[in-house]
Amino acid sequence: MNRSASTPYEAASAKRRRTVVTPEGIALPFIVGARSARAGALIIDYLIITMTVVAVSLLLGWTFSGLIDRVGDAENLGGAAEFIFIAYIIFLFLARYGYFLAFEMGPRGATPGKRLVGLRVAARDGGRLTAEAVIARNLLRDIEIFLPLVFVLTAPSGEGGPAGIAAMLWFLVFMLFAVFNRDAMRAGDLVAGTWVVEAPRKTLAAALSTEGAARLGSSDITGVEYKFGEGELAVYGEYELQTLERVLRDDKPEAIAAVAETICRKIGWHPGVGDERAFLEAFYAQLRARLEGGMRFGKRKADKFS
Amino acid sequence: MKAPAIRGWFSKKTVDAPPAIEAAALRSDRFRLEREGDWMRLESILKRMESGRLRGLPDEDVLALPVLYRTAASSLAVARETSLDKATLAYLESLVQRAWFQVYGPRQGFFGWFRGFLGGGLSRSVREIWLDMCIALAAMIAGTVTGYLLVSRDQEWYYRLVPGQFMDSRVPGASREALRQTLAIEESAAGLSTFAASLFSNNAGVCILAFALGFAFGVPSLMLLVHNMAVLGAMWWLYSEAGLTYEFAAWLSVHGTTEMFAILLAGAAGIHIGRSMAFPGARSIMTAAAQSGRRAAQVMAGVVLMLILAAVLEAFPRQLLGTNERFVIGMTMLALWLGYFFAFRRKRVTDDAV
Repeated sequence: MNRSASTPYEAASAKRRRTVVTPEGIALPFIVGARSARAGALIIDYLIITMTVVAVSLLLGWTFSGLIDRVGDAENLGGAAEFIFIAYIIFLFLARYGYFLAFEMGPRGATPGKRLVGLRVAARDGGRLTAEAVIARNLLRDIEIFLPLVFVLTAPSGEGGPAGIAAMLWFLVFMLFAVFNRDAMRAGDLVAGTWVVEAPRKTLAAALSTEGAARLGSSDITGVEYKFGEGELAVYGEYELQTLERVLRDDKPEAIAAVAETICRKIGWHPGVGDERAFLEAFYAQLRARLEGGMRFGKRKADKFS
Repeated sequence: MKAPAIRGWFSKKTVDAPPAIEAAALRSDRFRLEREGDWMRLESILKRMESGRLRGLPDEDVLALPVLYRTAASSLAVARETSLDKATLAYLESLVQRAWFQVYGPRQGFFGWFRGFLGGGLSRSVREIWLDMCIALAAMIAGTVTGYLLVSRDQEWYYRLVPGQFMDSRVPGASREALRQTLAIEESAAGLSTFAASLFSNNAGVCILAFALGFAFGVPSLMLLVHNMAVLGAMWWLYSEAGLTYEFAAWLSVHGTTEMFAILLAGAAGIHIGRSMAFPGARSIMTAAAQSGRRAAQVMAGVVLMLILAAVLEAFPRQLLGTNERFVIGMTMLALWLGYFFAFRRKRVTDDAV
């Protein structure tokens, strides 16, 4: 139970943490979406678009060949063929520009890809995410993805000459825009006044102090009463308490045994084997009661070093 | 972050009845158990709102939403000062964040936005970028004149400027008859709607590009405008040499007044972003970019609508009507657009949190 036990995810997300104050005066933490997660979301979205386009193309192609079979003459297919062509052209246009618009304008503010990796679009100033902002951020996709890709794929062949390479570098600036600012905004986000934040969807975990040794202070199995003194509880702070909470919620026997042993060594108890969970539950509840009692009087103890 | 969404999608969640409040040994857990029911109710309302199933939402839930949101927000504020239960705090933070997005989220759907957009939002945005429209117009005129002058000096320029797809019979030295043929009236409407759809798709792509390039301080947008109009200038020279200036103008104006207006607006929108980023004035660059970006996006939505109309005009009236009718339609469209953008003013509605 020391600082290095903090998960790498928590350490990384501390850097991406921003605070927005709501009109009620509550400071709401927002975590800027990781660039890797956003890239993943983009790939998922384009996979969905590509698969839809392929499926619709096959369907229309099949309809079209059926039409030719029926008429028997590819020259004068008339209105039906024309209708298929128009539908196809409009569909391609919508697939390219409409997909992101439609989903991000919805109540979730996220495309299926973003939703899957737990992200959403939000207005940077804390206001509403307006339709204009969604349009603006998505219209810039052309110069951020498609044009740079064209140049990146063609310029190294030397076909475009030095101008091609210059253009590639120029467009790479747009493509890599999000790498160079701390809010991970791409050019479209900058122009629209938006950012992409994590949208965690947590379920409420059970209250820990309602059952077992946490409530009664004694073990269900052995009936031993665990009662800790002031000096024994004073060694740990909030950080250790919350680490202990995670261990109890995860409920992995080997972790519980290891943590129980560490605590016993620290406070000089001699543990009985087989009753570690009850011991930890009781220790957790009494440590938390002590620390929360201190909180009410404005005394906080961040960790064991303070 | 361990794939929460996937687990949420495939499992039916069963909610256990909360334990009795007295059972909790800690004061902060009792606080939590007392309010848990409200939080759960808020969460279920949010779930339905997020999935867009608003119609099935009973009235009392809609009315309760702001109250429940404030309850949860104040619970969070209290819990932060009294509770060390990390899981509960994390849950409350995510709950309040979700509720905040719904309470302060967009209260209008797509159609509500679209109505406001047509009924004043679009024309207001267009008026607000008037200076950029002047710049774009100057660039377009300069481009046309340059194209005309270049080709009239040296015909080799024609082959450099005009892309291959227009090079059928429209080349320097073509006979007057051959050129007149290219402006001719089609016999039937067959095939024209496909033509319209592909025109639209192509032009919209170009316009979006002109807009997006404005992000680079507007310079590429200007270059794109000048280049495209130089093509027009070159073709104008070609037809005027053959004495077909009037016919060419009519042929062009039927859709050109709408289409070139749209291109003008797209370029102006791009320049607007570039200009406000280069000269943000008293605002920060970020605020300036965001404000102009949203305004320009509204213009761009209008541009796409104008291009749909232009493609229809280009495919049907242009190909089916005679010279004078083409002129009349073209000028009528121009007058309509100018009237809509500059004469149609509605009092500013107070929805401007933008």
